[in-house]
Amino acid sequence: MPRFLTALLALSLLCTGPLWAEEVVLGLSKDKVSITTSFDGSDILIFGAVKREKAIPEGPPIEVIVTVAGPSMPLTVRRKAKRLGIWVNTDAVEVDRAPSFYAVQTSGPLREVLKDVEDLRHKISVPRAIRSVGAPSNISDAESFTEALIRIRSRSDLYQLREDAVTVSEQTLFRTAVRLPAALTEGDYVTRIFLTRDGQVISSYDTTIDVQKVGLERWLFELSRGQPLLYGIMSIAIAIAAGWAASAVFRMFRA
Amino acid sequence: MQIYLPIAEVSVNAFLLLGLGGIVGILSGMFGVGGGFLMTPLLFMIGIPPAVAVATEANQIVASSFSGVLAHLKRKTVDLRMGTVLLIGGLVGAALGVVVFNYLKAQGQVDLLVKLCYVVFLGVIGGLMFIESLNAIRKTKSGKPPARKKHNWIHGLPFKMRFRVSGLYISVIPPLLVGVAVGILAAIMGVGGGFIMVPAMIYLLGMPTKVVVGTSLFQIIFVTGFTTLLHATTNFTVDIVLAVLLLVGGVIGAQIGTRIGVKMKAEQLRILLALMVLAVCGKLALDLLLMPSELYSVGAAAGH
Repeated sequence: MPRFLTALLALSLLCTGPLWAEEVVLGLSKDKVSITTSFDGSDILIFGAVKREKAIPEGPPIEVIVTVAGPSMPLTVRRKAKRLGIWVNTDAVEVDRAPSFYAVQTSGPLREVLKDVEDLRHKISVPRAIRSVGAPSNISDAESFTEALIRIRSRSDLYQLREDAVTVSEQTLFRTAVRLPAALTEGDYVTRIFLTRDGQVISSYDTTIDVQKVGLERWLFELSRGQPLLYGIMSIAIAIAAGWAASAVFRMFRA
Repeated sequence: MQIYLPIAEVSVNAFLLLGLGGIVGILSGMFGVGGGFLMTPLLFMIGIPPAVAVATEANQIVASSFSGVLAHLKRKTVDLRMGTVLLIGGLVGAALGVVVFNYLKAQGQVDLLVKLCYVVFLGVIGGLMFIESLNAIRKTKSGKPPARKKHNWIHGLPFKMRFRVSGLYISVIPPLLVGVAVGILAAIMGVGGGFIMVPAMIYLLGMPTKVVVGTSLFQIIFVTGFTTLLHATTNFTVDIVLAVLLLVGGVIGAQIGTRIGVKMKAEQLRILLALMVLAVCGKLALDLLLMPSELYSVGAAAGH
């Protein structure tokens, strides 16, 4: 049995061998983003190098694609239509999983640095990162719902595609900065780096950036989930106290 | 100065919120409305998720109404007895309203229904009030004393009670029903219901305008407090940081508003409120009638 396993391991090593010829060594300016009360977005510098055993291979240059994805959630996308003179939501399509944030940054035009087949396999581009299976049978144009989702989220910088945003020098060093907007959801942000040559992914690497509320934000958030009744009573008490204080202060001015 | 809201999970300008709170607070103190019907759409506009906006707004109304009611209590313009009767009806109505709301949510289209409710109620109430106040102003100009206390069917009902501050001796049934109706609408529309309560008290119950404002604020405190608790425990959508920013502006505004309100004539006060109600109604109606610039909207998945 162990011999069989060793053989299998050796075989798998042999198979993946060529992929290991060039691999990523990564650095992040920070692997933890703290959401404080004054949080106003954050820039994350992602940099690294391509490690190789041999000389730089001949042929097309190496290209780098960096993606950062926030936690995924199921969504409903609704479309309005005119019924009886007013605009109402008529059709709805459920999206199984859509990241709350998704940024793609590349070292060249996406269509040139990545083949469609590879995009499909690794789910790199924005439309591929959204998983939507099966719209209701009465809706023939399900894609337009996904397009709308991308359009709406791109407008608030939640979905970004920035081509030529990754700088690659001498086919070895690369760097890019990803801008996380202020309206950020908590969670693990999966960061993936793909090395491609001639549109084929030759190596990939992934890590996570931990986005978390801290301090007062953390405390309030947890209280609101863990002790909702207490939180509600506290909210009302603060409201009553503020109302009374304002009234008292004004009375002092009048007296 | 940007501030990140822990529950809404968005970052907004703190001064913008203080300003909005202040303006709505002034209106609240002047007219005895909580201001929710103005603030909630404004919060949508600056990008607060609707569920959070509705719930947090209820909490903020507690603060501004409390501040306003204290000012009115000092002036003895609160009919506590009438307020309590309305409140009993209001709490029953709010509980019913939550049931209705959940039923509609299961049927889909709850957004549309809320908007239609707004347009219809704001339109009818605003229109009636506007016409009535114009007539009242015309009458005072021509020197005729305003006709008050017409006896109608309301005075024929049983269970009569004396409301000394309002100078009324009427059955408790109409105020209870008004309370229930307002409570239901308040829960569905996510507002305190002052903009329905104030006209109902003036025109249906025949209460004097000066007492109406304080009494309305009095019962709004409890109804919105109840709503806040419901939202906080079931939907977890009360954002306390947002509420504090809004209410700091709001309570100060309410104090200023109450003082402005006292200096103004009742008819002027009513005509201004009518105009404001009509303006909000017009804006919402346009949203429904004109083609939106974005036909699609993204929401949480059904059943989550």
